[in-house]
This record gives sequence, C-alpha cells and structure tokens, in this order.
Amino acid sequence: MKNPLDTLWGTVISGLVLTVVLYYVIKMWGV
Amino acid sequence: MIILGLGRWLHIMAGVMWIGLLYYFNFVQVDALKAATADGTNAGITKHVAPRALFFFRWAALVTWLAGAMLLGQMGHLGGAFALQPGARIIGFGAWLGTIMLFNVWVLIWPNQKKILGMVPATDEEKAKARRVAFLASRTNTMLSIPMLYCMSAGAHAGYYFS
Repeated sequence: MKNPLDTLWGTVISGLVLTVVLYYVIKMWGV
Repeated sequence: MIILGLGRWLHIMAGVMWIGLLYYFNFVQVDALKAATADGTNAGITKHVAPRALFFFRWAALVTWLAGAMLLGQMGHLGGAFALQPGARIIGFGAWLGTIMLFNVWVLIWPNQKKILGMVPATDEEKAKARRVAFLASRTNTMLSIPMLYCMSAGAHAGYYFS
C-alpha cells in the first residue's frame, strides 16, 4: 500500500481524518 | 496579565512563521525542487532559499513551543494540559501535537536537512536516507498541524467547537 504522506492530498486528507477522530475522542471523553 | 497578552501574541506570531514555512516547504518547495532539479536550476533553492527558510522555521518552532508552555504555566494549566486532565484536555491534545512536531523539527528534519544541503559531510547513500526521513517527518508535521490548529483554536473557544 502506498504511503498517504507521499502525496500532498494524502497528507491533507490524513490530517482531516485525524482531526475528526480526535474530535470524537475528546467529545466522548469530555472536554 | 500583560505577560499573558504578550505571550499569546508571540505564540501566534512565531506559530504563523513556523507553520507558514512548513506549508511553504510542503505545498511549494517539494514540487518546485523536483522541477528545478530537472532543468538544472535547483542550486538557487538549495543554496539560497532552503537554508534561510530552515533557519526561521526551526527557531520559530522553538519560540512557539516556549511561548505556549509559558502561557500554560502562567494560567496554571501546564501539568494539567500535558496530563490531558478535564478542563485542559483540548489544549492538552494541541500541546502534545505541537510537542511531537517540535521534536520532528529538531531531531528528524534539521539534522537530516544539514546532510541534504551539504552543511555536514554525508555519502550519497546517507543523503538519500536523510532525504526520505526529512521528507516523511515534514509531511507528518503537515498532517499533524491540521488537528493541532483545531485544538489550539478550540482550546480558547470550546463552546464553538464542542457544543
């Protein structure tokens, strides 16, 4: 599998996905 | 109180310089260097642009982190943020992401860039490895900057982001 960080868009999308994951982690855990 | 205000200002200004240069490297220089290498004009970037950009990049990263840590300390949240305690959890995640990014700058990107740009001696094989490590660390920081900036902005305005 290709490393998403090898492309700029793969990097940006990975960052956005990580943001959504972190959002739900913080929301469920409590701010 | 003036320390908190000036500290926040410094944190934001240095942060703009750090992340601005990070985005310059990733959104502009990587592809520009490929094109410049193809037509033999890459020395303009590697000799004159990259060393100057890296100078402001790495020192802005350090100033951003120090000003941020000072702010958290002044507010009495330094330990709580890094321990991800309630009330300081959002800024805590931002602080951890920023800390990982600072580590990447000073431990992975800068030492490897010195080899790539010929500031320290390195064989062709070492340069090729350094290029890959520095590239991936820089791309990792670009990826981490997205949730980091979300946490930094949400830290001061949680009601807008987590209502």
